[in-house]
Amino acid sequence: MNTTVAEKIPFWLDPKKRAILFQIMVIAGIGLLAFYLVSNTLFNLKKQSIATGIGFLQKEASFEIGETLIPYSAASSYGRAIIVGTLNTLRVAFIGIIITVILGAIVGIARLSSNWLVSKSAAVYIEVMQDIPVLLQLFFWYAIFYESLPSPRQALNPFAGLFLCNRGVAFAAPASHPAHPYMLFSFFAGCVLVYLLRRWAKSRQDETGKSFPVFRVSVGILIAFPLVIWVGSGAPMEMDVPELKGFNFKGGMTLSPEFMALLLGLVLYTAAFVAEVVRAGIQSVSKGQREAAMSLGLRPPLVMNLVILPQALRVIIPPLTSQMLNLTKNSSLAVAIGYPDFVSVANTTINQTGQAIEGVALIMVVYLIFSLSTSTFMNWYNKKVALVER
Amino acid sequence: MKFSKVSIAMMAALVIFAGAAMAGETLDAVKARGHLIAGVNGEVFGFSMPNEKGVWNGLDVDTARAIAAALFGDADKVKYTALTGVQRLPALQSKEIDVLCRNTTQTLTRETINGLNFARVNFYDGQGFLVPKKLGVKSAKELGGATVCVLPGTTTEMNAADFFRSNGMEWKPVVIEQTSELNKAFFAGRCDCLTSDASQLAAHRTVAPNPDDYVLLPEIISKEPLAPVVRHGDDQWYDIVNFTVMALIEAEELDVTSKNVDEMLNSKDPKIMRLLGTTGGMGKALGLDDKWAYNIIKQVGNYGEIFERHVGKNTKLGLARGLNDLWTRGGLMYAAPFR
Repeated sequence: MNTTVAEKIPFWLDPKKRAILFQIMVIAGIGLLAFYLVSNTLFNLKKQSIATGIGFLQKEASFEIGETLIPYSAASSYGRAIIVGTLNTLRVAFIGIIITVILGAIVGIARLSSNWLVSKSAAVYIEVMQDIPVLLQLFFWYAIFYESLPSPRQALNPFAGLFLCNRGVAFAAPASHPAHPYMLFSFFAGCVLVYLLRRWAKSRQDETGKSFPVFRVSVGILIAFPLVIWVGSGAPMEMDVPELKGFNFKGGMTLSPEFMALLLGLVLYTAAFVAEVVRAGIQSVSKGQREAAMSLGLRPPLVMNLVILPQALRVIIPPLTSQMLNLTKNSSLAVAIGYPDFVSVANTTINQTGQAIEGVALIMVVYLIFSLSTSTFMNWYNKKVALVER
Repeated sequence: MKFSKVSIAMMAALVIFAGAAMAGETLDAVKARGHLIAGVNGEVFGFSMPNEKGVWNGLDVDTARAIAAALFGDADKVKYTALTGVQRLPALQSKEIDVLCRNTTQTLTRETINGLNFARVNFYDGQGFLVPKKLGVKSAKELGGATVCVLPGTTTEMNAADFFRSNGMEWKPVVIEQTSELNKAFFAGRCDCLTSDASQLAAHRTVAPNPDDYVLLPEIISKEPLAPVVRHGDDQWYDIVNFTVMALIEAEELDVTSKNVDEMLNSKDPKIMRLLGTTGGMGKALGLDDKWAYNIIKQVGNYGEIFERHVGKNTKLGLARGLNDLWTRGGLMYAAPFR
């Protein structure tokens, strides 16, 4: 019999134990470094008697913000000012991402067009926009807006209810009416119904093979629901038309030059990258797939929807996510052209309270939340479109 | 993310390099380095701006040069760091600069929770409004509903909010961090008016496409005592900066100028003898050479000379002395006795 007595190996020669030891040492090292940095910072802040903590968020901000989505005045707190800034960032990022994806997809597909002029125009657009730093583009668009448009008193009025001037674009909006919240609610109800309809249509097709015109019916539902409420409540037609009062337009809706310049700059810049991502995705699907689909007798839109896109999306989604994150992060360049985004408001807060460390930490946390939630959503979507291996 | 990177770098600097501040530490560090690092604006004509040859010029620049002259006997031993309104205080707190000479207003919160010490005021200012003449506005009280261009991170931003609030007027701020970009937007008509310290508005007007198209409104809505700033915790360094400013004022009061300072060395006036170090002891008390004030006046001039050279009647700014005149002539410039 083999009676091998377990030889005692010293722990520094045992790779497993050694690995654990090293990990403990690294963790302890990081912990010590963090402790040193934090305690040293606190010590020095105290020494220079600089205030610490996040108590300042409740204090009165006493500065004004140019554009707000929620009620805000100089008498509001720093905390509210930061929420206003965060919403402004989300506003430009959300609208920007949607337009970027649409524009990027169009340019990306145009880049592959067999029409020489279309594909070359798309190529020129991509090369030019990718190669100019986004900050310069923002300055350019901003200057275009305030240099080329007239003052409010000489505002351009291409048609009733729309005014273009260097204070922004003012346009008529429906005057507020009690029916509006109900219309919005019915729209959301429509969305839920459309979702259920899609599931039903899919399962019916799986069972019986009969298809259902989901798209047309969905559009119909989404338009009809609010329309019925609108007509039912007496079809309120009254419009809130902007009017020149004193220095500026009052009433209606206004988009500021800062917002438009930022949106335009970010969209045009990021769309160039998205276009390349889309082109790469479509080209990654082999030619044989298209030919096979067509030989089955599918019409070109169906070939695109059922065969090419589902495969292309697998390649497109991950880099598209990073472009969305880029757009969100680049929106912090707003501070250069005066759009009151989150960073701009946070900077002012830091400067007036003198609490740079808390302020910068707040900036980092908020951007981390933006980025993580975008990538969580996109990862979920990516899993959905990923190749299901059976 | 340009600015965030800067602030993160500043935070890192604050964390890593902020050692314990001890008396004399800043002086030793500056002497060992061989030059002073002064934070300045860099975009305000008459206060701090490089000229077409790249040489820094202005009232704030000369204050920094005076400190260098006191330290090294050489006013040229200064390096300038151009800072925006938002960057300036963290830059000082994190020891990126030794002194901030950047038209910074002395306030209670900056002295306390920001951990800063303001030296003697080197310019008394107040906030005003610059408007295009064709707007036809005669008073700031008529600005209800106006769009106002303003720099972020300044007392200006809060003063404007206070002013419109207390007068029950609505307004819309356009906040742009770079002074040059802000001016461009204002002169192109993006805003109805530009608000800042009156002296700065005068300076900005000089860079307008047509300066005569713009007019300063009569209202001055705030007190802006502008002074050089240092960190809390180094009293000796604070004394040096403080008395450098006062030496400039004292020299003007005693009629000592850069031209006559050498003759004045023979003066029998005990006040002048103490200032110029003929009677020793004053420089030693500050930890400097007894010739410190002599060097300042010889190389930079007294306060009156500096004022007239950069912002006075014969410059593009054309500012009157006003509050910035000596106390003996009805102004606020007043130095503690040198004894």
